[in-house]
Amino acid sequence: MLLVVEQFLNGLQFGLLLFLLAAGLTLVFGIMDLVNLAHGSLYMMGAYFAATFVAWTGSFVFGIVLALGATLLLGIVLEFVALRHLYGRDHLDHVLATFGLILFFNDAVRLIWGPAGLALPLPAWLTVPVQIIPGVFYPAYRLAIIVVALAVALGLYLVVMRTRVGMLIRAGASNREMIGALGINIKLLYTLVFGLGAALAGLAGMMQAPILTVQIGMGENILILAFVIIVIGGIGSIRGAFLAAIFVGMIDTLGRAFLPDLLRKVLSSAAASTAAPAISSMLIYLLMAIVLVVRPEGLFPASKR
Amino acid sequence: MTASLNARNIVVVLVAAFLLLLPLYSQLSGNVFALTLFTRIVIFALAAVSLNLIMGYGGMMSFGHAAYLGIGGYAVGILAFEGIGSGFIQWPVALLASALFALVIGALSLRTRGVYFIMITLAFAQMAYYVASGLARYGGDDGLTIYKRSDFAGLIDLSSKMQLYYLCLACLFGGIYLVWRIVNSRFGLVVQGLRSNEARMQAVGFPATRYRLACFVIAGTICGLAGALLANNTDFVSPAVMYWTRSGDLMVMVILGGMGSLFGPVIGAIVYLVLEEFLSQLTEYWAMIMGPLLLLVVLFGRGGIMGMLGRPRRG
Amino acid sequence: MAEQVLAEPLLRVDNLVRKFGGITATDNLSLEVANGELHAIIGPNGAGKTTLISQLTGQLPPNSGTIHFGGRDVTKLPAWRRSRLGLARSFQITSLLPDFTAADNVALAAQAHDGHSFYFWGDARKERGLRETARTVLARVGLEHRADVTVSNLSHGEQRELELAVALATKPQLLLLDEPMAGLGVSESARMVELLKALRREVTIVLVEHDMEAVFALADRITVLVYGRVIASGLPADIRSNDEVKRAYLGEQHAVTRHE
Repeated sequence: MLLVVEQFLNGLQFGLLLFLLAAGLTLVFGIMDLVNLAHGSLYMMGAYFAATFVAWTGSFVFGIVLALGATLLLGIVLEFVALRHLYGRDHLDHVLATFGLILFFNDAVRLIWGPAGLALPLPAWLTVPVQIIPGVFYPAYRLAIIVVALAVALGLYLVVMRTRVGMLIRAGASNREMIGALGINIKLLYTLVFGLGAALAGLAGMMQAPILTVQIGMGENILILAFVIIVIGGIGSIRGAFLAAIFVGMIDTLGRAFLPDLLRKVLSSAAASTAAPAISSMLIYLLMAIVLVVRPEGLFPASKR
Repeated sequence: MTASLNARNIVVVLVAAFLLLLPLYSQLSGNVFALTLFTRIVIFALAAVSLNLIMGYGGMMSFGHAAYLGIGGYAVGILAFEGIGSGFIQWPVALLASALFALVIGALSLRTRGVYFIMITLAFAQMAYYVASGLARYGGDDGLTIYKRSDFAGLIDLSSKMQLYYLCLACLFGGIYLVWRIVNSRFGLVVQGLRSNEARMQAVGFPATRYRLACFVIAGTICGLAGALLANNTDFVSPAVMYWTRSGDLMVMVILGGMGSLFGPVIGAIVYLVLEEFLSQLTEYWAMIMGPLLLLVVLFGRGGIMGMLGRPRRG
Repeated sequence: MAEQVLAEPLLRVDNLVRKFGGITATDNLSLEVANGELHAIIGPNGAGKTTLISQLTGQLPPNSGTIHFGGRDVTKLPAWRRSRLGLARSFQITSLLPDFTAADNVALAAQAHDGHSFYFWGDARKERGLRETARTVLARVGLEHRADVTVSNLSHGEQRELELAVALATKPQLLLLDEPMAGLGVSESARMVELLKALRREVTIVLVEHDMEAVFALADRITVLVYGRVIASGLPADIRSNDEVKRAYLGEQHAVTRHE
């Protein structure tokens, strides 16, 4: 029972992290029509910045804040120098150019930080287990991730739905030319949106850093999951991305945790231990395949077409 | 196909001649490395040719094409591991497995368009990567060593570098010829038309999906052959060959060479892999140069290398 | 509803509805097109004419209502199936294959109706039957001398004629023409009108047009659409004198040839 609750929360936490990543991707794609494969690199840079600044300043929170700022800045510079030239071009051009950026970032990180990867240790006050319901303890840090991610998601929702900037963002997603005609500084808007997307990616990267990893190529693995979420959740829909992310996070975590045991009940031990990891990793893709067969537009597509 | 003395045709002839004569040069100069390198290049060129069929002519931007290199390779590797060393069994299995995978993945992926299609094909290829990583019996992440190359009962000895090279080259030229015929056939015109204007084609009476799917399967199968060749060349197969960045490499080769041109992918493969080799000799951090280079190619290189040599001809 | 035609109408539309969010583009539309007639559909901009055509050909699914073609319910059939049944369309905004030649475009359309296309080996451009058909159809619209020109190099007028040729190559029973004269000059329009006059005898035509001279010169019957609804349908003379129609067109009456 304890295990189920714990895994359930882990799934929620993973899902929320995925949402942050997917949200940034969807924003940039929805508004600038830009396919940014290097989004995963920004996720990686966030983690590396965090590990570095936390080590420099000795303070976890301060280090994180600095890292967020650095990632935001990096995103803005990237947009300004390279990516803005891609607007309006074929998606394939985007794929290729940002693929080149991935190669660049992976090697740049290797040059600056070395090939070994970094560690981001947690401060003592975040490692204590918290009693969420009587008898059930959950690590404070993971709880913190859930809280922060939900707060960011809520903040994102409020900004996009309730502010003038958000209105511009939504309008921009539907009709780019009109926004320009209204005299709004499109270039600035795009740069800011991209920065926001980068910050979201970086935040996801630094939040998972203490738990999982800070290493080269970490962005690519999780980027694919973000893609899957966008496809499952629905085209251009942040709400869809949220629901799909939670769903995917749950399925992946619970699957990996419980599938081996489930399989062992049905198959021989040897077969189960071979099949289990393979099937666990395939679960998400199977889910995506099912969604594609049943509802190709995704589960909650934004009504744009 | 009119034979005119223009830049494109000259380049094609020169490259073809170079590829044909390379082993002789390698024999004479003792430079074995060149032969090894170019065997690999020729194999990737074949993979790129197959990708060009669906990308350049069919307009289907598949970001998961490297999966077929893995499927073909693992077919050979797994069968070799289980004691079936005959190429006459291994290679047809490789082709069949690739075709089946392409059929299923294609049927699912072609329900989407544009960037979603790119994402889906990427996701499915990565799925193949994870499945292969999970196959503990066959080496998992570490990969599977192939102790004996495919046996063709004396017809051809693949342990000879030269014979393997010429087999790969024959497959490459054969693949190009096949693509040429397909592209100009009824089927090929439909696929190109669908790339050009799907609404028009549907309005005129063509059901889009079945033609696209058939094209997708053909391309996957050809790439599966490249996978079998690759496994023989490296005596090894691992999930890494299906990692999504490999699919990216293939895409780059196609685009660099010039999409929708028959010989473009070959040029693209040669340039990309030679450049990669050259740069990695120069510096350990070659990707830092390659990356921005790609960016520049996208921004300024219209129609790839073949495009820069003259107007890209369709078929 | 005027005189009852004895034979079943070739095209019958019943209570077609299509909404886009809050806008009703097709508002309970019913229409009948008799076999052999040239039926024009006119209406001010925004009346939903192209939306109607798209639903008839299968590009756009209606929210409710039915479409019967040749007595058969085609409401749920995809576009390509309707084409195979004999329903052809030309597009308002020229929609051809820009990298191919005029002959290629027409031959491909003929190919769609000549069995299947799962032939992987033979050079399709050398297929006698298809190429002959292409030349014949191109000659029909007066483009045979431009057969081997790439579409992107054709003039706008020639492209509009090619649009018609491509639709004709599928040997249709019903031709849905969406503003074939859009963007044509005076002499080109006159040629198109002559072309359509000649076609009248062989194929049923539904013509959506703004060019009133052409419409009244060609149509056997006219249906007038305003905001997705039929406000009048009948003989040209009746439509001309209809008050409601005049009101709908007030200010547009004198704009005979208004093109983008």
